[in-house]
Amino acid sequence: MSILVDKNTRLLVQGITGREGEFHTRQMLEYGTQVVAGMTPGRGGEWAVDGKVPVFDTVKEAVETTGANASVIYVPARFAPDSILEAADAGIPFVCCITEGIPVLDMIRVRAYLDQRGTRLLGPNCPGIITPGECKVGIIPGHICMPGNIGIVSRSGTLTYEVVYALTMRRMGQSTCVGIGGDPINGTNFIDVLQMFEEDPLTDQVVMIGEIGGSDEEKAAEFISTQMSKPVVSFVAGRTAPPGKRMGHAGAIIEGGAGTAEGKIKALESVGVRVAKHPEEIPHLIAQAAR
Amino acid sequence: MKLHEYQSKQIFARYGIPIPKGQVASAPEEARHIATELGKRVVVKSQVLVGGRGKAGGVKVANTPDEAEQVAQKILGMNIKGLTVRKVLVDEAADIQHEIYLGVVINRAARRVTMMASAAGGMDIEEVARVSPEKIVKVLIDPFIGLRDYQVRQIAFALGLKGDQIRDFGVIANGLYKAFLDCDASLAEINPLVITGEGKLLAVDGKIVTDDSGMFRHQDLAALRDMDEETSSEAEARKFGLSYIQLDGEIGCMVNGAGLAMTTMDIVKLFGGNPANFLDIGGGASADKVAAALRIILADPKVRAVLFNIFGGITRCDEVAKGIVQALQQVPTQVPMVVRLVGTNEEEGRAILAGAKMQTASTLVEAAQKAVAAAKGEEYVPPPPPPPFVYKPRLHAAVKAIRSAARKPSAKKSAAKKPARKPATKKATRKPVKKAAKK
Repeated sequence: MSILVDKNTRLLVQGITGREGEFHTRQMLEYGTQVVAGMTPGRGGEWAVDGKVPVFDTVKEAVETTGANASVIYVPARFAPDSILEAADAGIPFVCCITEGIPVLDMIRVRAYLDQRGTRLLGPNCPGIITPGECKVGIIPGHICMPGNIGIVSRSGTLTYEVVYALTMRRMGQSTCVGIGGDPINGTNFIDVLQMFEEDPLTDQVVMIGEIGGSDEEKAAEFISTQMSKPVVSFVAGRTAPPGKRMGHAGAIIEGGAGTAEGKIKALESVGVRVAKHPEEIPHLIAQAAR
Repeated sequence: MKLHEYQSKQIFARYGIPIPKGQVASAPEEARHIATELGKRVVVKSQVLVGGRGKAGGVKVANTPDEAEQVAQKILGMNIKGLTVRKVLVDEAADIQHEIYLGVVINRAARRVTMMASAAGGMDIEEVARVSPEKIVKVLIDPFIGLRDYQVRQIAFALGLKGDQIRDFGVIANGLYKAFLDCDASLAEINPLVITGEGKLLAVDGKIVTDDSGMFRHQDLAALRDMDEETSSEAEARKFGLSYIQLDGEIGCMVNGAGLAMTTMDIVKLFGGNPANFLDIGGGASADKVAAALRIILADPKVRAVLFNIFGGITRCDEVAKGIVQALQQVPTQVPMVVRLVGTNEEEGRAILAGAKMQTASTLVEAAQKAVAAAKGEEYVPPPPPPPFVYKPRLHAAVKAIRSAARKPSAKKSAAKKPARKPATKKATRKPVKKAAKK
């Protein structure tokens, strides 16, 4: 078992005929993900990725024909909000949006609509999710992962790979790795994922990778102290980030003295979370917690 | 992107928000001319994109056109927090009885656009929020129903407005909210919104910060970008689609991914160095982009060593290596370099760099320690080997099953056991761990 995606996930790829969409669909298929459908308006009836995946004009049609129950979006930022809404409207319960650079005001509207529909969105501006050995949705390199009992949740992309890699090198496998994305308004936050890991019988420990900006880590700390029994190890990036500057991710910014790494680390440590000084220290903290 | 005060107020005026009469000048004579035309006491305000202009002496009152010229002379060319004043706004001086703060912001935690107001205007709102949060009134705006009249009234009464002021405030609040939406802003504020001696409301200062992600639908706003406010290397980086922020340290960093770039800076600091920059080359960077990034890093004279930390996923290590070699041909340098390449095509990447005089590292810690030592001109001393690593978790039987299925070398066996699986899944059951990503 795992969270959000597994071997039974039937995936639809929105934007499958684009450069990114096609490349990553190939990778997902190779990993073993059941990619059952693709979607690009005007390309319905074609077969994408060497004739392996049928393409549809609309999400509705793709869902009706193939029974897709999850969707991943590789569509440019100006069209991505529409893609998310289309997936939600077609009744897909889990939508993962990789796209970076969606305007914040669009995301506020999209998220409000999804909440009404009960659709779970992961991202945007995220690397996706992988349940090692079963299913990969998004762009996380599959070969660095290893099945196991550690759940990972992160706001970052390559930093997540770094941590996963450090764990795999130590033969510490992962139950599911979830990238929630670096945007200020997203579909799924730390608390949502922590709760799922807490309820997942196959996850024994959790690694939470945060960064500067916003107050998600502080809220997660509160949740961990009251709602979680499983040990959590953390890392927060951006101790050296200057205030007022956006550090690449739209959401990674210290505003008005709030959202600093120090504040987040303090909040986490105060509830007993072990916070690593650097990613390569994480496996050691996990080993300690497992004793 | 931040807009200047004069730009922000011009936008506000289009939405029916009353602003003082005034114009922008870039020369003292111009300021005199504007003051003569206004025929009243004026305020000469420096137009730079930083806070605290008043305290820095960048805002002055002038009673006559002569005085306006003299004041403008002083302010133009002035350096405020590292930025040179190139323009001043000459505004009719307002008769200020009271100052209010009014702003529209994105409230991340509530995932709503929020209107905030405070009767303690003129001050830095963050200061007010810290010292006396009870003085701030907030309303959350639903994205589907927008700002409602009752919400505006709620704010107006909380501010202690009376009579016609309440109606006028309604126009201003709605105008500010519309301006915020139409500009794809992340902040639109009037600080102070002044109550004049006649009891009228007037937006004396204004500020808009736009969301760069929304600029594709605002060509008009994109044209307002003030190029002087960026360092030349930051502007150069933006041209190449690189995310670059210059800092004060001596170790240049080139990393793929924002989170990993921050982490690399942190780890440099942790081992006694100081990062010279934040630089994210993004996913799937080409050799040209990498070369541009390295040129930008080396253009900073403070840089004593360069650290490359590339975790290949979509980004290919060989492509990055090619970019490094390309840049070194264009800009020969004596600055020592430390490279850590992991992931997609790492072997090919290392082979390309084998000819170049570079130190390599396999872990992030080792890379940071080597870069710090190189920047100080010291020899890298490997740390003592770490204590043996013990980790023997009691894995759940189901986890063990998934693991052994994933590790099984022969796909045929698992396929025979589970005929229901689609053919594509068979591949995953063959070792996902060691397989290199293709491309």
